[in-house]
Amino acid sequence: MTNSLLWTPLFFGLLGLFLPKRLSGWWATLGTAVTLGLAIAALAGFDSGARGLQDTVDVAWIAGLGVDYSLGIDGLNIFLVLLTALLWMGATAFAAFREQERPHLFFLMMMLAETATLGAFLAQDLLLFVLFFDLMLVPFYFLFGAWGTDRADGVTASAATLKMIVYTLVGSLLMLVAAIATAVIAADGGQITFSIAELSRDPLGEGSQRWIFWFFAAAFLVKMPAFLLHGWMPDAYRAAPLPVLAVFSGVLAKVGAYGFLRVVLPLFPDATVEFQEVVLVIALASILYGSVMAFTQTNVRLVAGYSSVAQLGFITAGIFALRAGGADGAILQMVNHGLVVAPLFIIVAILAERSGTEDLREMGGMAMRAPVLAALFLIVTLATMAMPGSANFIGEFYILNSLFQSQIVFAFVAIAGVAMSAYYALRLYQRTMHNRKPEGIESREIGLRDGLVLAPLVLCIVGLALYPQLILHRTDRSVTRAVAAVNGEPESSTERLASTGLKRPHVGRFRPVDRPGP
Amino acid sequence: MNFHAPDIDYAGLSPVLALTVGICVVLLTAVFQPLRRTSPALTLAALATTAGLLIWQWGEATDLVSGALRLDDLAISISLIAILTAAFAVLLSIREPAAEQAGSGEYHALLLGSVLGMVLLAQAQNLISFFIAIETLSIPLYILCATNLRHERSLESGLKYLIIGSLGSATLLYGMAFLYGGSGSTDFAGIAAGIGREGVLGDPLVSVGIALAAVGLAFKASIAPFHQWTPDVYQGAPTPITGFMAVATKAAAFAVFVRFFDVALAPQATEWQPALAVLAAISIVVGNVGALGQSSLKRLLGYSGVAQAGYILGGLVVASEAGVDALVFYLAAYALMNLAAFAVVVARERETPYGDDIRAVRGLGRERPLLAWPLTISMLGLAGLPATVGFIGKLYLIEVLVAGDYTWLAVFIAVGTMISLAYYLRVVAAMWMRPEAESSPAAATPAIAGASPEADPIDPEAGRSLYLVVPALLAAAAVVFFGIVPQPLVEFAEHAGAALF
Repeated sequence: MTNSLLWTPLFFGLLGLFLPKRLSGWWATLGTAVTLGLAIAALAGFDSGARGLQDTVDVAWIAGLGVDYSLGIDGLNIFLVLLTALLWMGATAFAAFREQERPHLFFLMMMLAETATLGAFLAQDLLLFVLFFDLMLVPFYFLFGAWGTDRADGVTASAATLKMIVYTLVGSLLMLVAAIATAVIAADGGQITFSIAELSRDPLGEGSQRWIFWFFAAAFLVKMPAFLLHGWMPDAYRAAPLPVLAVFSGVLAKVGAYGFLRVVLPLFPDATVEFQEVVLVIALASILYGSVMAFTQTNVRLVAGYSSVAQLGFITAGIFALRAGGADGAILQMVNHGLVVAPLFIIVAILAERSGTEDLREMGGMAMRAPVLAALFLIVTLATMAMPGSANFIGEFYILNSLFQSQIVFAFVAIAGVAMSAYYALRLYQRTMHNRKPEGIESREIGLRDGLVLAPLVLCIVGLALYPQLILHRTDRSVTRAVAAVNGEPESSTERLASTGLKRPHVGRFRPVDRPGP
Repeated sequence: MNFHAPDIDYAGLSPVLALTVGICVVLLTAVFQPLRRTSPALTLAALATTAGLLIWQWGEATDLVSGALRLDDLAISISLIAILTAAFAVLLSIREPAAEQAGSGEYHALLLGSVLGMVLLAQAQNLISFFIAIETLSIPLYILCATNLRHERSLESGLKYLIIGSLGSATLLYGMAFLYGGSGSTDFAGIAAGIGREGVLGDPLVSVGIALAAVGLAFKASIAPFHQWTPDVYQGAPTPITGFMAVATKAAAFAVFVRFFDVALAPQATEWQPALAVLAAISIVVGNVGALGQSSLKRLLGYSGVAQAGYILGGLVVASEAGVDALVFYLAAYALMNLAAFAVVVARERETPYGDDIRAVRGLGRERPLLAWPLTISMLGLAGLPATVGFIGKLYLIEVLVAGDYTWLAVFIAVGTMISLAYYLRVVAAMWMRPEAESSPAAATPAIAGASPEADPIDPEAGRSLYLVVPALLAAAAVVFFGIVPQPLVEFAEHAGAALF
């Protein structure tokens, strides 16, 4: 099951090479649809009460080096897998509707990217995780560089892409060393294993944890990107082809946040506690910086890009509140943000096609003849600013709630970010859809095909707003386990129900004090 | 008076004998004009026979010529890498002007001679056979570098290699003399016993000897700071020979490096480990930084080879069985990745006027996907990206380094890899992405100094030649295959390591 889920995209991508050019896009879309089907099947078969991993695959891969090919699904990754499959299908379909240069290669790279991303989410072996994490870069390197747009001011797509690759690989190569060091130190001369579950059973000494923590954190923070490590983002975002950017921003950024939950918290609990405040400072700086930049930018892509920096800051803060509630909220928010940002980029692509520009100052009045597009965009906008009633609101509430309980000072600063998100989201909507329509801009209703891509994504936003427990309920157990490693809490303290998502208290409060003493 | 003929282990010597016979046959047939064209086929046959005999001996460990040579799995694996590379060089040399000008028979006989040196070097077990082998390896190469007779650069390359190579050999020999003086033995095992209790650092004779011998070897393996000849020689030599030198010479040099340090100097490991580690770190930095500004693909691969030699040396630094495994694994990976790249460079040299300049591969993705893919895979592999054997190789090296308490060197490898992305990906970008704004295709002046149209006839269809495309595709496929299914190659390498420990 997990195996076929992982390899289906690549399989379709490779077969697509043998089809005629005009079919390759449709074939790829079919591949993503099958993958989505498998992901939904995995969710349907998911047992939210079970402990540990489900649907595992575990075979020795490089026996001499202790590397296993081991995959599994649990509450941490099931929804991210689903998100990946969903967004990829949307983006691939959107690209298939349009003429692509060298379509064979384009769709092969899209499919390879999906497999690599799914692999990063599914991997349960530390080294396999690193491998897929690095592998993701290869297709995106080609997609950004060869299908991207060169800027008028001389920054070519390939230069922007190179910058992105160097930035992200700096992080992930250090992560490779750190991953190997983790396993070697843990083995202590014995049989080396990279299994995350095995390694988390017996964390390393505090001295090793310290430097290894930062090697991992660097990789994840660059990927997000976090403040100070975001240098690659503006150029790469302006160069990338928009359908590709939709999945890149929607999913890849989450791999970093997911890495914290999957790897860092369980494996390096002492270092996590020690550096909690440092990471929180980075997260808050990302929120503030991202928000401020988002409402000063005039390029539509950068507004969305910087808003992602801010949102990822929220997610990081949620994880590093080190409470189950915060991590729950972080996962919900990862899915929410993916669901919001991918349609946003697709809308940007549609707007850019109609107005011939990506500059906010030259846009406007688009809503006049396009009520459906405007309505879809409005829903996305409201979700971005986390209006009460949207799932984003619940996610942010969880995060802030936990942050208040663990680090109250940080929570006050984070709240400022909530307010600012309203400003940039509304500004983007207003400048593009309302105001006077400049000359030469076409206000045209969204086509049926693009509507078919966009509407399901927006429906997911609405659906999740109505029933966020879909996610919270299933992630709860795994999240609590991940966080429990840090707090040293017994797992039994997590046996609470999250039936009413909003009122759920955080872990610490219901510690079973009335347990009979030994 | 009774005379006992010495007992000769013909089975163990058979690979060397086969190569020697091969050299004679190739040279003799070259005398007869009508048979000249058979040289490549005969060379391939000789190489195939040798490889077969080596594989037949796989798993055995025999001392030959009263301990001067030792045919074990380390020697066999390194010899096989060298033979594979030589076979590639033969295929790439078909229709190569250098091979025609120098005389096909002589060219191929020299190539076989060099392979013979490598096979011997991989087996060398005492200082004498070590030196003889390294000279047998080098002298044919000096000539081969200069076989592109109408190119000034080629002649320069041969001469430069001769002078610097002789300097390296002299240093090596000087070091050997000291070592013999200090330990009283030429035999590797004897040296280990003879160095005695005060260790390497306690005896100036021995430590100077080791230092000089290491420098001489570093010349041959082009490890920084003894690499200065590499870019110039690589650029000037005929490209098939460059590919051969870049891979096979390095493999053979590392084989003897391993035997010298891990057998003769094994008891004093803790004393030479830090020195070699520093050498590796310097090589990684110098090679990667040097490659950044290169626009000639051969120079770029030369510098990249310096950096890769630094990585490979990491396997020796830890002085363990796993270290040798990692070293042999990386050598095999390095061979596959480089062979794919050199095949493409040869093809583009023949079909564009740009020589080995990076402009020669511009737009290759559209024009010749069958050439672009091998070069792309090779570059991604050398950069250590996943799903290629390069990634597994780096993983292997880093794992043994961390386990051997050389984590700092592992971090150097990671940092070096980051720097290397900048130049490897530049080649990939040239192939697949839109050219940068400049570029005036009209100015098609040949990039090679001293080239003339009649010396380098441009054949726009050369890139479709099966002799080039098939080897390139095979090597690239192997890079991906072993990146996904590395176990067979890991076992191959583990055999080599087990031979010493």
